[in-house]
Amino acid sequence: MRHVPSKSTAALAALAVLGAGALSSCGSDSAADSDGTVTLSVATFNEFGYEELFEEYEELNPGIEIEHRKAGTAPEHQDNLYTKLAAGSGLSDIEAIEVDWLAALVEQSDAFVDLSDPEVEGRWLDWKSEAATTPDGKLIGYGTDIGPEAVCYRADLFEQAGLPSDREKVAELFTTWDDYFETGREFVGEQPGTAWYDASGGIAQAMVQQIEYSFEDAENNVIAADNPEVKEVFDTVTGLSEEGLSTGLTQWSEDWTAAFQNDGFATMACPGWMLGVIEGNASGVEGWDIADVFPGGGGNWGGSYLTVPTQSEHPEEATALAAWLTAPEQQIKAFESKGTFPSQTEALSDPVLTGSVNEFFNDAPTGEILAERAEAVEFIQHKGPRYADVNTAFQQAIQRVDEGKESPDEAWDSFLADLERIR
Amino acid sequence: MTTLQRDSRTGGPVQGPPARGRAGSRLLSAERRSRWDVKFSPYLYISPFFVLFAVVGVFPLLYTAYVSVHDWDLLGGQGAFVGLDNFARVLEDRYFWNALRNTLSIFLLSSVPQILIAIWLAFLLDTHLRARTFWRMSILVPFVVAPVAVSLIFGNLFGDRYGLVNEILQVVGLDAVRWHVDTLPSHLAIATMVNWRWTGYNALIFLAAMQAIPRDVYEAADIDGASKFRQFLHITVPMLRPTIIFIVITSTIGGLQIFAEPRLFDNAGLGGSDRQYQTVTMYLWELGWRVRDLGTAASVAWLLFLIIIVFALVNLVLTLRIATSGGPR
Repeated sequence: MRHVPSKSTAALAALAVLGAGALSSCGSDSAADSDGTVTLSVATFNEFGYEELFEEYEELNPGIEIEHRKAGTAPEHQDNLYTKLAAGSGLSDIEAIEVDWLAALVEQSDAFVDLSDPEVEGRWLDWKSEAATTPDGKLIGYGTDIGPEAVCYRADLFEQAGLPSDREKVAELFTTWDDYFETGREFVGEQPGTAWYDASGGIAQAMVQQIEYSFEDAENNVIAADNPEVKEVFDTVTGLSEEGLSTGLTQWSEDWTAAFQNDGFATMACPGWMLGVIEGNASGVEGWDIADVFPGGGGNWGGSYLTVPTQSEHPEEATALAAWLTAPEQQIKAFESKGTFPSQTEALSDPVLTGSVNEFFNDAPTGEILAERAEAVEFIQHKGPRYADVNTAFQQAIQRVDEGKESPDEAWDSFLADLERIR
Repeated sequence: MTTLQRDSRTGGPVQGPPARGRAGSRLLSAERRSRWDVKFSPYLYISPFFVLFAVVGVFPLLYTAYVSVHDWDLLGGQGAFVGLDNFARVLEDRYFWNALRNTLSIFLLSSVPQILIAIWLAFLLDTHLRARTFWRMSILVPFVVAPVAVSLIFGNLFGDRYGLVNEILQVVGLDAVRWHVDTLPSHLAIATMVNWRWTGYNALIFLAAMQAIPRDVYEAADIDGASKFRQFLHITVPMLRPTIIFIVITSTIGGLQIFAEPRLFDNAGLGGSDRQYQTVTMYLWELGWRVRDLGTAASVAWLLFLIIIVFALVNLVLTLRIATSGGPR
């Protein structure tokens, strides 16, 4: 008897279901269950070494469940992060971020919970926490790892070229970039089939990172075009590529990965996290070693932070978890698990770290060497919101010279034209 | 609870609660409701598609148009109204035209051979093969493989220095090709990935259409002494006309939106050091997610939309012509 009204009710219900289905996929999954369990989602990329730590935290804190969302690559994670920040929903309770994105995210500091807390003050190397602090004193991220740079090299190829191969002796070979390139000329003179370093881009990156205000000044104006120091790096690196010191490959390309297996090059700038990359790409290759030196002083390449977006429904629990994960004790465990080098002052003198040796790198005391390298970092390159765009254009210009598509002068001019596009 | 029960045909009340208080107005509203039912329910039944289309099709399109006339930072959100400035910026940018050229080149290098090979494959699969189902199913295998995996495998094969393809070329005595550096080779390598993935899929659609062609036409042709090739050219192809149009249009849309294969062909994702293989969608992605300028990216999306419509129409006209000429009228 009631089927007329019920028909329209059914149609409306069907619509409601459709609508709900469409909406629920964008909603946050983190919510307190009826039994009081709080589910915290943590989004990371590559390897943070957190898998076992999550289990430990769940045991220590009954009522907390952790859901790990792990992206394969940093760009993939970055796209997801930016899209959901823009949409205003869908982010995890803890989002990992890479140092290069920090400036753009600091500009959106309203989207992140202020994590400053007297308890964590002094936990990190000064420059690590300063980079994540907004002008008005808000801390948007807890530092995880850093990338102090040393030089990794092939001891066996050094020997063949008549160079000293012992890591203490190698450390004395080049303390400046000039020495490093001079040794390189000597090396390729003896070993013409092998390049001196892995990629012009990697070396250029290392050199630019030693200029405090390279691409942008303190007010974040793009100054790359007029900065003589940047031009000098460009001229040096493109000139050397014509001399045959570089493989001419781009980092992370298939050919670059394959070059590890083909005696493609003898040295490379290696931040802590690169050790795992080398070990993976060069598996089966013997002769890799690491020297406690970096041309031109200290250098830092990369490193990450944990943030708590204000979108989180459990900001307090998430902050507590982030604080625990980035405490020195836990960072040491992450270092043991995946080799991510700690940014916490206390962890740098931890016997587990300083006593660690790396079998692949000829049993080198990598913990001690990288801790020394971290101490050598006096400042880090200023990275404003346009850093990544300028850096990409810079790297591409160098690559065009390597590939023979443009002469160094043409490449510099087209780099200037690219800068015009970057507002 | 006072529920109203009504005669289903007249819509009038057959039995109700005691007529007290606001019962009169309730009656009126019940009647009105039932009239609305008759009028609007049918629209509700067909609405799910249109609602879904409005939500995921029309709304994004219009909203993109709205974004495209504003200064719009990906993270910062909406800024000032700027009119058509974003469009002007894109049209003045040499990288846009470069991306458009690359897209058309990759589209032609992939779609044309792909459709020709797919028809030919379908024709072969339509003959009396042993283990027919096995062959028919196996040409779909590449389609099942994720594009990311395809890009990784082919990226390795097409390595400039240590890639397998170049090693084979050198064994045969040819020069190594710089697949990631030179423009045309990079387009060929990317088109190969696209073709590998889609040819089998298109072939199956063609096969389904071929099986609808009456067999006696072929028998008559056999009796007349027409070769298999002539049968293919003069019977199969003309009778596939609607399917060919369908495939040409869908591969135009897909081809002009090509993203995953060229995006993953190198690591930076900008299409090579000189943007040799940056496509329009990659250009859009760069503007939106690397430069974080969503307003300009939205204007690229609209330009792409217009370009696709133009191409689909041109293709429709062309395929109609080609399929009519030479075939039975």
